[in-house]
This record gives sequence, C-alpha cells and structure tokens, in this order.
Amino acid sequence: MYAQMVKSTGQGVKSLDEMDPVEREFQEKVDADIRIEPRDWMPEGYKKTLIRQIGQHAHSEIVGQLPEGNWITRAPTLERKMILLAKVQDEAGHGLYLYCAAETLGISRDDMTEQLLSGKMKYSSIFNYPTLTWADIGAVGWLVDGAAIMNQVPLQRTSYGPYARAMVRICKEESFHQRQGYDIMMRMAKGSEAQRRMAQDALNRFWYPSLMMFGPSDANSVHSEQSMAWKIKINTNDELRQKFVDQTVPQAEYLGLTVPDETLAWNEEKGGYDFAEPDWDEFFDVLKGAGPVNNDRLEARRKAWDDGAWVRDGLLAHAEKRAARKVAAE
Amino acid sequence: MTKAADPKFEALLRLGDNTLILGHRVSEWCGHAPVLEEDIALANTALDLLGQTNLWLEYAGEVEGKGRSADDLAFLRDAWDFRNVLLVELPNGDFGQTIMRQYLFDVFNRLNLTALTQSTDQRIADIAEKAAKEASYHVERSEGTVIGLGDGTEESHRRMQDALNILWPYAQELFITDEVDDAMAEAGVIPHPKSLQDAWDTEVRAVLAEATLEVPVAHFGHRGSGKDGKMHTEHLGHILTQMQWLQRAYPGQAW
Repeated sequence: MYAQMVKSTGQGVKSLDEMDPVEREFQEKVDADIRIEPRDWMPEGYKKTLIRQIGQHAHSEIVGQLPEGNWITRAPTLERKMILLAKVQDEAGHGLYLYCAAETLGISRDDMTEQLLSGKMKYSSIFNYPTLTWADIGAVGWLVDGAAIMNQVPLQRTSYGPYARAMVRICKEESFHQRQGYDIMMRMAKGSEAQRRMAQDALNRFWYPSLMMFGPSDANSVHSEQSMAWKIKINTNDELRQKFVDQTVPQAEYLGLTVPDETLAWNEEKGGYDFAEPDWDEFFDVLKGAGPVNNDRLEARRKAWDDGAWVRDGLLAHAEKRAARKVAAE
Repeated sequence: MTKAADPKFEALLRLGDNTLILGHRVSEWCGHAPVLEEDIALANTALDLLGQTNLWLEYAGEVEGKGRSADDLAFLRDAWDFRNVLLVELPNGDFGQTIMRQYLFDVFNRLNLTALTQSTDQRIADIAEKAAKEASYHVERSEGTVIGLGDGTEESHRRMQDALNILWPYAQELFITDEVDDAMAEAGVIPHPKSLQDAWDTEVRAVLAEATLEVPVAHFGHRGSGKDGKMHTEHLGHILTQMQWLQRAYPGQAW
C-alpha cells in the first residue's frame, strides 16, 4: 500500500460497551471478519479514514506513473519498453479500481483529484524521489513494489469489501511487477562494471526511502490503533518494515549488492535483521513537500489535469448532444 | 541503405518503423493524459504498436540476413536509415493533435494490415492477422474520440480543426509510392498503397464530417518522403537521441 500517516479519528478506541447498539453491531461484524459493504451502516470516522487511506493509495498509483514513465521512452530494449509500459498501465488501472472503491463511500474521483492537486490529500513519499538511471527502474520494481506488496497482501483481508476486492486484483499484478524489477536488477548486477555500479547506486538511493514507505513507528499511534480495530490496517508499520527487511536482505546478497546500512546484522534471537532506521526528519520534510521532485510531480499532475480540461468538457458536451438527439428522435 | 537493398527488407522497415516511432510518441503521454481512462488507453495503444514493431523488425532482420535483431534495428540505426512516414514522428502537440494523428494512421494501418493478411509471404500474413485485430480496436477508439471532440464544445472543435489542418498534408504521405511498393505489390507481398487510398479517403471523410470538421485542401508537397528515407523532420533525431541513449552509451550490454 502507499498510505502513510493516514489520520483516523484521533480518539482512542472505544470498547464494545461504550458503543451504541448500531456501532456495536458494526464492530462485532468487523471482529467476526464479516465484510462491511457500501450499503451497511458505518461510523463516520471509519468512512473518513477509509476515504483518506484509499484516496492516498489511488493517488500514489497515479503519481507513481511518473517516475517510471520517465524511462519508457529510454528503455534499453523493445521488450523492456513493453514490460515497463504494461506495468505503468497496470498502475493506472490500480488507480481506477481504487478510485471506484473510494467512490462507494460517497466521494467522487474528481473531488479526490482536486484534493490531490491542492495538496490536501497526499500520495506516498516514495514518489518524490527521482529515477535517475535505468537501474532505478529495477530498484523501484524490486524495492518499492516489494514494500507495497508487503503492505497490500494483508489488506486483501481488510474489513471494507470494495477495498479488499480491489486489493486482491492489485496484489496479483504487483507480484509480477516486483519480479520484473528484480529481473532488471539481476541483469545489471551480473552485467558490466558500469551496470553493477548503476545497480548499487540505485539500491543506495532507494533503500531508506523504501523503508519509509511503511510510515514511522506506530507503537504509540492512536490513529493506528483505531485503524487496526476497524481492520483497515492489519499489521503495525514496524512489523511490516521488519518483514520487508528480512525478505530483501538475502535478495540483495544474491545480487551481490550491499545494503547501505553498516549496522545491518542478523539477530538470531528475534529471528530477523537488526537494521538502521531511516532519517525520519527527511521523511517528514519530503511529506511536507521538500523532496527532490515534489514540485515536478504535482506540477505534472496539475498540467495534465488543466490541459485536459477541454478534452473532458468536449467529450461530456458531445455525450449530452447525443443524448439530446436521441430524445428528440424518439 | 542503398537502392540495391532488398525491397522486402525495405517494406518491412516501413511497417516496423511507423509503429516504432508512433508507439514512442504515444508512450510519451504516460501519466499525463486528460483522464485516467485515456492514460490506460494510450498506454495500451503504444503497447500494441511496439508489439507489432517487434514482429516486423525481427522479420526485417531475418530477411536482411546480416544477423541484426529487432533491437539492433530499433536502437542502432541513425535517422537516415529510418523508413517511417513524417506523420508519426511529429510531436504530440495537444491531446487533439495526438488523437487526430492516431486516427489518420489507425485507419491506414487497419486497411493495410487487413490487405497484408492476404500476403503471398506467409510470415507477413500471420503477423498482419494478429495486428489487424488490434488496429480495428484502435480505429474504434480514436474514431469515437475524434467525433466526440470535433462535435463537442467550441474549444474542442477548434482544437480538432487545427489538428486536422496541421496533419492532413502529412497523412497524404501514406499513399506516396515508389519502386519498392511497385515491386512488392507486383509480387503480392504487400498491397499497393494507392489501392488503399480510396477506401481510406471515403472512411476518413465520413468520420470527419460526423465530427463536423472541414477537410482542408492540401497535399504532401515533398517528393522524397520518410518511407524512402530521403526526408525526415528534425524531430526524428531527437526521438532517437532519447530512445537509443542506453544502447549508445553502454554498447554491447545485455539489459
């Protein structure tokens, strides 16, 4: 998933006894793993939090087209070009499913888009980092999609039906994306000296931003606690980050690349790696807009939206004309 | 490429280069389209065109017999060896220009591919069989959009008319013929481009009329064209600079 720092109600989690009968019924369904569907009653906070979370995820898919789209015209072979195009097209498709899922909660895609462009809604911090070389396309697939899968697989069991179903489709495609990313890295890591350097450099730049994708440690977060009670968040940020590191380090070793963390060490006792935290100041700065390409990303999306206004208006006007002609003919 | 080059090789390059360069242009839209559905559709179109490129250029390399792969042909030739028409290398312009260019090409591509399914060269017929289905879908989509925007708002109408005025002369290049076309049509390998012109003209004019657009009186005024490599626009070199960068900067590597 590409949702970080999603604000929930800001209040502590109510116990069942504190809830009125309707809310209690809702919570009991969630507890019993019965899916909540659009027509069911749901607490206002649940709805709002879901809109923020699904919207942020959808926006991330859309903005996420940009760093990868950046290399489509420069992909090194026809096959790589086609694979990358197909992948970016999948991401646009993911955006579409997710916007549809959010729309079942009573917000339109256009409203969400306006909120993205005004900066009110966020997208994942990872897409505010640039793709400088072809190896970055490998690293994005391997690490960024890898982290996304780590987050999204549990969300297939999330309490909100449309969101869970969107996630099932998305997860299938994401695992293909991750494999193609790793395949690019493998080719580079086993290639020439220059290609190996390119691959190592990509890992150096994407390692910590990938760890940030899970969001800061949420041990004390009220937001997380409420979201977990509602089952729109299944694992803590730290659990997922640990899982990601444990999965990724052996993959880096297999590639013969070095994870840029001198403190990285296997911890027998916990059965996982000890690793350095990313620089959380950087994370918050990037979220606030100070990342290397925040402006470029939002400007690109604003330009697409503004330049496309006449197209959307034109097609709408035509559809209305046709409908009017049809009525007149009847 | 000298005049003595195998006409079948030339004919295949024309097919593959048109789809390669147009696919490149369309792929530039990725992430920047007016609506999400268009992002998906444009990526899909680009993907189909590049898939066709791969098949044409792979076969071109085999016909040439010098061991060049589709990638070698795409990434290691310079501008004068490209055989695409000028229409496909023009910059995208606004969305109207992109979709008008797409429509004018799509109709040609579908007619050409449909005729190519009858090629005396079985390999060409097989590739065309697959590609013609994609091209029919492309026409359906670009035609609907051209009509919708032509007969939409005042602004969308104006922009589509501007696009048509710019692109119409370039589209005429699709039907310019030379000795390669004559020889290959004679052998039943490809349809003669002239034989497609009436059908193209009739279909395109009907759709443009429905789109309330006026067909300009203009023709392609240059004798040499992109398809015989005697002429290109300055844009082609920039496309190649971008497309071929990695292969040129790190020669001979596997990717």
